[in-house]
Amino acid sequence: MKEQLLNEDTIAAVATGLGGAGIGIIRVSGDQAIALVEPLFKNPKGKTLTKAASHQLLYGQMVDPQTNMDIDEVLLSKMVKPHSYTAEDVVEINCHGGIVPMQKILGLLLSAGVRMAEPGEFTKRAFLNGRLDLTQAEAVMDIINAKTEEGLKYSVSQLEGKLSDHLEEIDQELLAILSHMEANIEYPEFDIEEVTNSEIKTSVVTAVKKIDQVLEGSEAGKIYREGITTAILGEPNVGKSSLLNTLLMENKAIVTDIPGTTRDIIEEYINVKGIPFKIIDTAGIRETDNEVERIGVEKSRNLLDKANLVIFMRDISKPLSQREEELMTLLKNKNTIYIANKTDLKETEKMPDPWIPMSLLTEAGIDLLKQKMVDMVYAGTVNQDADYLVTNSRHINQLNKCKEHLHAALETMASGMPVELISIDVMNAVESLREITGKAVGMDIINQIFKNFCIGK
Amino acid sequence: MTYQGGNYDIVVVGAGHAGCEAALAAARMGFNTLLLTINLDSVAMMPCNPSIGGTGKGHLVREIDALGGEMGKNIDATMIQSKMLNTAKGPAVHSLRAQADKKNYQFRMKEVIENQPNLLLKQQEATEILIEKGKITGVKVLTGAIYACRAAIICSGTYLKGRIIIGDVSYDGGPNGLFPAMYLSQSLKENGIELQRFKTGTPARVDAKSLDFDKMVIQNGDEKIIPFSFETEEINIDQVPCYLTYTNEKTHQIINQNIDRSPLYNGEVTGIGPRYCPSIETKVMRFNDKDRHQIFIEPEGLNTNEIYVQGMSSSLPEDVQIDLYRTVPGMEHAEFMRSAYAIEYDCIHPTRLKASLELKDIDGLFFAGQINGTSGYEEAAAQGLIAGINAVKGLKNEEPVILDRSQAYIGVLIDDIITKGIDEPYRMMTSRCEYRLLLRQDNADLRLTPIGYQAGLINEERYKRFLDKKVTVEKEIERLLSFTIKPSAENNEKMIELGSTPIKKSLSLFEILKRPEMTYDLLAVFDDQRPALNWSEKEQVEVQIKYEGYIKKQLAQVEQYKKLEHRSIPNDLDYTKISGLRLEAAEKLNAIKPLSMGQASRISGVSPADMSVLMIYLEQQKRRNQRAGD
Ligand SMILES: Nc1nc2c(ncn2[C@@H]2O[C@H](COP(=O)(O)OP(=O)(O)OP(=O)(O)O)[C@@H](O)[C@H]2O)c(=O)[nH]1
Ligand SMILES: [Mg+2]
Repeated sequence: MKEQLLNEDTIAAVATGLGGAGIGIIRVSGDQAIALVEPLFKNPKGKTLTKAASHQLLYGQMVDPQTNMDIDEVLLSKMVKPHSYTAEDVVEINCHGGIVPMQKILGLLLSAGVRMAEPGEFTKRAFLNGRLDLTQAEAVMDIINAKTEEGLKYSVSQLEGKLSDHLEEIDQELLAILSHMEANIEYPEFDIEEVTNSEIKTSVVTAVKKIDQVLEGSEAGKIYREGITTAILGEPNVGKSSLLNTLLMENKAIVTDIPGTTRDIIEEYINVKGIPFKIIDTAGIRETDNEVERIGVEKSRNLLDKANLVIFMRDISKPLSQREEELMTLLKNKNTIYIANKTDLKETEKMPDPWIPMSLLTEAGIDLLKQKMVDMVYAGTVNQDADYLVTNSRHINQLNKCKEHLHAALETMASGMPVELISIDVMNAVESLREITGKAVGMDIINQIFKNFCIGK
Repeated sequence: MTYQGGNYDIVVVGAGHAGCEAALAAARMGFNTLLLTINLDSVAMMPCNPSIGGTGKGHLVREIDALGGEMGKNIDATMIQSKMLNTAKGPAVHSLRAQADKKNYQFRMKEVIENQPNLLLKQQEATEILIEKGKITGVKVLTGAIYACRAAIICSGTYLKGRIIIGDVSYDGGPNGLFPAMYLSQSLKENGIELQRFKTGTPARVDAKSLDFDKMVIQNGDEKIIPFSFETEEINIDQVPCYLTYTNEKTHQIINQNIDRSPLYNGEVTGIGPRYCPSIETKVMRFNDKDRHQIFIEPEGLNTNEIYVQGMSSSLPEDVQIDLYRTVPGMEHAEFMRSAYAIEYDCIHPTRLKASLELKDIDGLFFAGQINGTSGYEEAAAQGLIAGINAVKGLKNEEPVILDRSQAYIGVLIDDIITKGIDEPYRMMTSRCEYRLLLRQDNADLRLTPIGYQAGLINEERYKRFLDKKVTVEKEIERLLSFTIKPSAENNEKMIELGSTPIKKSLSLFEILKRPEMTYDLLAVFDDQRPALNWSEKEQVEVQIKYEGYIKKQLAQVEQYKKLEHRSIPNDLDYTKISGLRLEAAEKLNAIKPLSMGQASRISGVSPADMSVLMIYLEQQKRRNQRAGD
């Protein structure tokens, strides 16, 4: 928590939610704000942020300095201290491209050394720097804990399930090796096997691998509990579960030719071109007695409220049913992608708008669907909470930091340094990881030593 | 009946390791000091293991010495074996440990104390602290004498309401067969000082002539002894060996059969014992998959047959103890001289203390040692020294000496106990130090001797020698930086001879020394201009160069840390009045009253958000005050 108390580092926050038009603002504040944004910015006429006048808009592109690829078209405004909200140097990046480029820009800023602002931190700085009136202090103080709690809830909700299991595994792996190293240091004369460099290496490499898995590996699509909530709706047996499986590239949902196979709602996470989607496969809305239909409709209504995006599927080999038509009216003001499945069963020259032709048997139409899903996010018609973006970027950044420390540990080891120096790197890695969960390391190492080893006079 | 026993600047209660350092420091700083002990024969007594130092603890002793304390010199003068631990690892975790001749250790310390000007040693049991208007005014003893004082340091060790437990037998008693102090607890409580109950234990002492050492593994000391004290030139003694043996299935069987007779397991002992001194029954019960446990056999001195059996502390009944000791190879016929026992005692909540070790709400009343909930001779001595110095500083109206976490193990120890509180006896461990690489035992003098000198505990001559060493080391490092060798065939041949690899371009000796296989001494073959350095100077040069990169990294972290330590917080804040602080945080902060933002951030239960709130509150107050001042 040191950096946060010193108010010396440069921080970033998403200043507004991602509005309907897909515009969001990333606000960067601190001594290094201008210097750190500069290398990520390119103006067609070669204007630089450093030379730009205060309080003027500067048009250009954000670029990834490593690949030199354009990320997003932006308007920058620079506000030189003390004439800004925080009374520090501030750069505001107005992004147009929606969630993906914003996340990318945030990521670049974080790896350049910018820290994600804590809840209320901009306001805190504004107050500490004398921008806010004395009478506003109470309000600021009240806001900080409230916002933190809110943020924590959000962050924890994202950590549910698989990610939190993975983090726990990495944490345990590192804690185990660290406490072994420390036990050797504290109790050199006891019957504890001396941990070897190759054991440390194994643990560190395992941890790195697990982090990589979390970051981008086979399960990358399932990183976060949240994603763009996407519901697949349609009549029984049209191929909804098959679509889910195809998107997942594994057989998660049971597929049969018996209508009504899927009884419960199935949720899975996938990653399409860097955007996380939470895909919900539903039970087909089918006709039995009235009671069930009532529940069915109610369920899908609920689902419609929650969903950011709907994929509506029909079986093209069958005529459009009345229920399908009713459902389609219900979907009018939702972001909906319409899929006509099973084209392999019925020759159709040209599909009328807005239907995307698809055959899950041949996997035709899948790429088109993915493109459409991404386009809708880009276009800002489908949006996500700014909170999500922030938490996501912060987690990724912490995981990357953790990895850096682990690589440092390997280097320390390779250069023949003694165990207590390797321990410093591993300890730093654990601390980076723990910042995601907010759990302090504190006595954990010492507790582990006494738990795992029989030592002491 | 009471009577006036005299006037003193400072009264120290208890002449254990904390009390001795406290009294010596106070007297050496020129203040009239009285040292009370329940028994004159127990000055600087070692009621548990016969050794000083060990991992983490060895660092403390070197720091005590660097500040001008006595422990290092005392063990140097009375050791019978010495070892540098962890030499296979890096310099940051090297730790000295020496076996002491216990009696000799006591006699020498007592002699030093008796001959110290301004210091009087008396056999008296302190029974009451006298407080007037929130200030200490005197200490009353059992015989009725009242010793008036301006400051008092309580170093009562494990004596307060001491209770000895040996199996089903228990009685009031102090350590090692001495009397407990039965009254002082009451007086502390009456003055609002809450007490908690801790527990510790010690193994049996057996008669050397009843042991068969041939069945054990001999453990010798180091060939070359490195002294604890920076003032000791060298130590030449005939070292006495220790021995290693093991428990076995039979031992464990006896424990299992009799576990219901252990007061630790049948609920009789309720005090909290330290996890790092588990009794043998605890080890066997908790780690029942281990088929043997190590037992270290340590002599208690040269003129005694008593042998300390490390690893066999127990609160089982005496008859069970004897049976189980006799299952161990080499101890089949062991005769007990003293039985293993557990001891319960009163101690305070150290969160009631300031970093100076003065009680927060009674002026001039200091606490040091096991009464603060720590364990170990070295931890006690370290606190005693700091309390002694600060009692004097208080009387002189000067700022207390407070070592921070980046300066010393002592700083970590004190900050830990006053900030985090403790729920089991606190032992120093190297892993408690976040700046371990900087706080090495080899550089304790560089870190602390200037502070000891300023306090008046380091004489001019020693200080001059210290400065000389410092300059010599700095100059030599500079010289090695600018001394380069070329990648000539001749030089590279030498490199290979030294077990290294050839160099490809001109390199400074500084750079070459960074290679893991290189040492300062090896580099002599390239170096015809080398000045004569003694071993400790060479050690400094080598360590500072080899770990330069890592040291720099930690120094950068320390800089950040210091900034927060320097942001002070007024100590009269009522945290419950700060809107926006969570209740838990407000209560914790109120209890501890941290001195700085740094300390506040280390209190468990205070979140980063609480810290932000606090920061805004302080800024608000500051502006209010400025406005009022305008
Ligand atoms: N010919 C053909 N068959 C398909 C296609 N997509 C799915 N099917 C088949 O259609 C049947 C139903 O598929 P599911 O994915 O279980 O359908 P669903 O919509 O999940 O059905 P319920 O869970 O019962 O509502 C299965 O036998 C699939 O193999 C396709 O594109 N062409
Ligand atoms: Mg299905």
